[in-house]
Amino acid sequence: MADEVVTQFKENYVNTRAGKIALVTMDNGFDYKKPNTFGAGGLASLNACLDRIAQEAEVKALVLTGKVFIFAVGADLTQVETIKTSEEAKAVAQMGHAAFKRLMDLPYPTVAAINGATMGGGLEIALACKYRTISSGVTALALPECFIGLIPGWGGTTLLPKLIGPEKALQVIIYNALNNNRMLDGKAAFELGIADRIFEPVDFLDKSIEFAVGLLEGSEKVERPEPDFSGVDALCDAAKGFADSKTHGMAPAPYKAIEIIRKTGSISVDEGFALEDEALGELIISPQCRASVYSFDLVQRRAKRPVGVPEGFPSPVNKIGVLGAGLMGSQLALLFLRRMRVPIVIKDIKQEFVDKGLAYIQGELGKMADKGKLDRNQIPWLFGLVQGTLDYADMADCDFIIEAVLEEMPVKKKVFAELEEAVGENCIFATNTSSLPITEMSSDLRHPERVVGFHFFNPVAVLPLLEIIRGEKTNDQTLVTAFDIARKIGKRAVLCKDRPAFVVNRLLIRMMVVNWDLVDEGNTFQEIDANLIKLGAPMPPFVLLALVGPAVGMHALETLAAAFPERYHVSENLRKLVEMKKPGVYGPDGNVDPEYAAALKVAEPPKKASAQEMIDRVCEAVTEEIDIMLREGVVAGPEEIDLCMIMGAGYPFWNGGITKFLDYSGYSEKVLGRKFHPDK
Amino acid sequence: MTRELNEVYLVDAVRTAFGRAGQKGIFWLTRADDMVVKVIRTLLERNPQVPPERIDDNVWGATTQWGDQGLTMGRTTVVLSGLPVSVPGVSVDRMCAGGMTAACFGASEIAVGAADIVIAGGVEHMGHHPMGEGADPNPRFIAEKLVDTSALNMGMTAENLHDLHPEITKEMCDEYAMLCQQKAKKAYDEGKIQRMIAPMTVWTENGWKVADTDEQPRPNTTMEGLRDLRTPFRVKGRVTAGNSSGLNDGAAGVLLASGRACEELGLKPRMRLVNYAFAGVKPEIMGIGPIPATKKVLERSGMKFDDLDIIELNEAFAVQAIAFMNEFGMKFPDDPRLNKWGGAIAFGHPLASSGCRLMAHLALLFEEDPSAKYGLTTMCVGLGQGGSVIWENVQG
Repeated sequence: MADEVVTQFKENYVNTRAGKIALVTMDNGFDYKKPNTFGAGGLASLNACLDRIAQEAEVKALVLTGKVFIFAVGADLTQVETIKTSEEAKAVAQMGHAAFKRLMDLPYPTVAAINGATMGGGLEIALACKYRTISSGVTALALPECFIGLIPGWGGTTLLPKLIGPEKALQVIIYNALNNNRMLDGKAAFELGIADRIFEPVDFLDKSIEFAVGLLEGSEKVERPEPDFSGVDALCDAAKGFADSKTHGMAPAPYKAIEIIRKTGSISVDEGFALEDEALGELIISPQCRASVYSFDLVQRRAKRPVGVPEGFPSPVNKIGVLGAGLMGSQLALLFLRRMRVPIVIKDIKQEFVDKGLAYIQGELGKMADKGKLDRNQIPWLFGLVQGTLDYADMADCDFIIEAVLEEMPVKKKVFAELEEAVGENCIFATNTSSLPITEMSSDLRHPERVVGFHFFNPVAVLPLLEIIRGEKTNDQTLVTAFDIARKIGKRAVLCKDRPAFVVNRLLIRMMVVNWDLVDEGNTFQEIDANLIKLGAPMPPFVLLALVGPAVGMHALETLAAAFPERYHVSENLRKLVEMKKPGVYGPDGNVDPEYAAALKVAEPPKKASAQEMIDRVCEAVTEEIDIMLREGVVAGPEEIDLCMIMGAGYPFWNGGITKFLDYSGYSEKVLGRKFHPDK
Repeated sequence: MTRELNEVYLVDAVRTAFGRAGQKGIFWLTRADDMVVKVIRTLLERNPQVPPERIDDNVWGATTQWGDQGLTMGRTTVVLSGLPVSVPGVSVDRMCAGGMTAACFGASEIAVGAADIVIAGGVEHMGHHPMGEGADPNPRFIAEKLVDTSALNMGMTAENLHDLHPEITKEMCDEYAMLCQQKAKKAYDEGKIQRMIAPMTVWTENGWKVADTDEQPRPNTTMEGLRDLRTPFRVKGRVTAGNSSGLNDGAAGVLLASGRACEELGLKPRMRLVNYAFAGVKPEIMGIGPIPATKKVLERSGMKFDDLDIIELNEAFAVQAIAFMNEFGMKFPDDPRLNKWGGAIAFGHPLASSGCRLMAHLALLFEEDPSAKYGLTTMCVGLGQGGSVIWENVQG
């Protein structure tokens, strides 16, 4: 456990025309990159500060604010794993309540001046003040607790509905949190009624102090609409339905928050706080909370410093080539263009393909301008950086070339061989293969050390993951540059060994094999989809298959089946689907395509699996596969597996990606006799 | 095409508190340009009749123009203050008289009809930018004996001034300094100074604090205390920290407008610019600068010294103030016309900001005494200059 970085509460006094005001700063002594958090030490500092202020004569008001750019971002999550029992967990909740309650009970006006990033306990301490001002420069304000397996349990679940009503409180506590932790900006928070005044950042604290003076003088009056609890049950039921759609009942936190919000209109603050204590007592020690904190740490910290990247300085990349102007190639060209703003050459074998790719890029740039994400005046210049060609010679001075041609080994080998004749020997070759081995792809090249795998996830602009694959001969300089490019294009890269289908596809396809087994045995697609969505993926498996495309999915499966015939095999029913060129198992009406249904061949009589059996079989297969992958050294550890599943497959925080879920659900011990993450 | 010159009015003058330079000063972790922004925004808040888009120029002086005082601060602070991008900005430098020069520059723009409304001021964060920081004096200064080595050290120039005026003793300087501190304390106690200060919430090692009071004043100064201070510039010298201004951080600015703009927008001008003059003197005795500058501006204005009812003189050093008093026959040590609320020895002297501080004092002194008709703001400048501006009280 890391030692708590203690946020100190430091008071200074301002003598105003309305009397003495205590100006309290929360500051952990670091710059904005290490935001203020609250642990036991921070709360003790708050108590000591309030003790000192109580000794000071003639204090007329208190203004509470943060350090530069940061108000406070809530409880110190590094402490969560040290809490073992429900009693300890409840004590943490009570300790926060007790400290914030002192602030609530001060007999004079208290103003939280929300000057910067504010989350969780940071917002709760602001809610403990009688008034709030907010800077229009605030970009991140949230109660993210339900996103990480907790509830706002230092007063937020009780105080926010009492302040702004249940509808808006549910928006912040449930909807925003479960929508991938959506943030409010200062203006939105003000409009929701979270703050009483909004001021520009330039002299925000001056204005906030002036507001406190105005309150004392009576020139400032705060009028808030009475919160409307009349529709609270319907609102809470709707929120519960939303939580179901996001968590499938697999994460308890949002439900507990909703049930407290349901009651807030009819209970006292103290009663609300007692309910929060009870809820946190259970949630802090819940596996979903542990897994969420783990996931949060992975995404916030580990993903930013990829494991296994060699030391060194990246080579300059001043021109980029893209082979293949299809949808993937065009998306990649657009991404490099937007993020790196260097000349891009995009090559295909027919002018019409090139033209189509260029038209796509131009169209997307226009759409970005429509959304205000790009200055429209820049488009002619930016698009002018893109050159379409049929000739390798136009790529001669590229520093980095990525191929997005047909997913066939002979095709890939051919284009790389042709490319090598056209370009300099320091040009990096990246392949956007989803399953083909890099080592083999580069085996005939004079400079195989320049080849690296760049496996993006579709849609490229949305999913942050990039699997970077090191072939047997890939050298350090190529890798260092590859990771630098990944950073520049805003992707989170994970280093993978050159093993078939790398990480995400290998695992998703292993699950798919079990799913097709279940189909072959006579379970319906709907049954399988309805049960397996509970594992937390953003969509059910056969909906995902349609998104990927059955042919692409089967192609990758065949690669794996060739490599690992004992665990991967192609169902005849899948083969049939591909042969029939169906876009998926379901038709446009959501029912199984009738032609395909007629062609299905399943066990007779059907061997039906229960919901639990389905989940068990998928989880056991995945447990086995992850263990094999870790022994093969595909990635550095289970953390990288989880990062890939969160960032590339959209797996939820409360599963900890996947290995934490397999641990806390008992699968790893059942299959392997041990956990992926041994208990500390 | 012929044209008439326009009258120029000072509508308002505001400053930050003046802090002590260095790590212990309240502005140590605050940027100079942010202090300028505070002054600009306060001027506009206090004069809401002025539409920001009507500001024709934003003129700022600073002695050191890089880091947080660089990048053409007159322009950067337009953007940082939230003024419309259509407002232009410029930086000027006449060392200590940077703010005074900025005001005169803006006034000249208005006078010739190039502008109607101008914000002008000066700033110096001497904690971030110690005197002479980054300077690379031409070796010819010394090789060709163009100036004495002492010319670049302001304290030494004050000692030189003592040499020139042996009648001005260290005791006289100490007495002058003590009275200055007393006058400043009285003015503070009566709430005079607070009227011109814009309180600014600033980040410090100990959290946010409000800078609303000058850090330099030493109201308990005694002759005994002053007597024993070191004379750092010479052995057995006469210039001490006690009878000099300090090293400070601060910003001060003014809002200037043409008569036409005042009328149109309903602005209540405080004083009218009569004329200004700058004059050069030997760099080794730069403190004498206000004398020729004042003579020059009086002559150009067709006025005599006795026409002036109020004098705001920047006290870089007491010796320089006393030399000025002697030259113009003012009564030592406390001529009632001079620095009624104290001067730079008490408040401090953040170089380029001081010129506009003097204007703030004069504007409020005019308000207190409607019978006072003319006033002077004057100061000396490093490397041997003086600057003097005559103003007419229009708050009758």
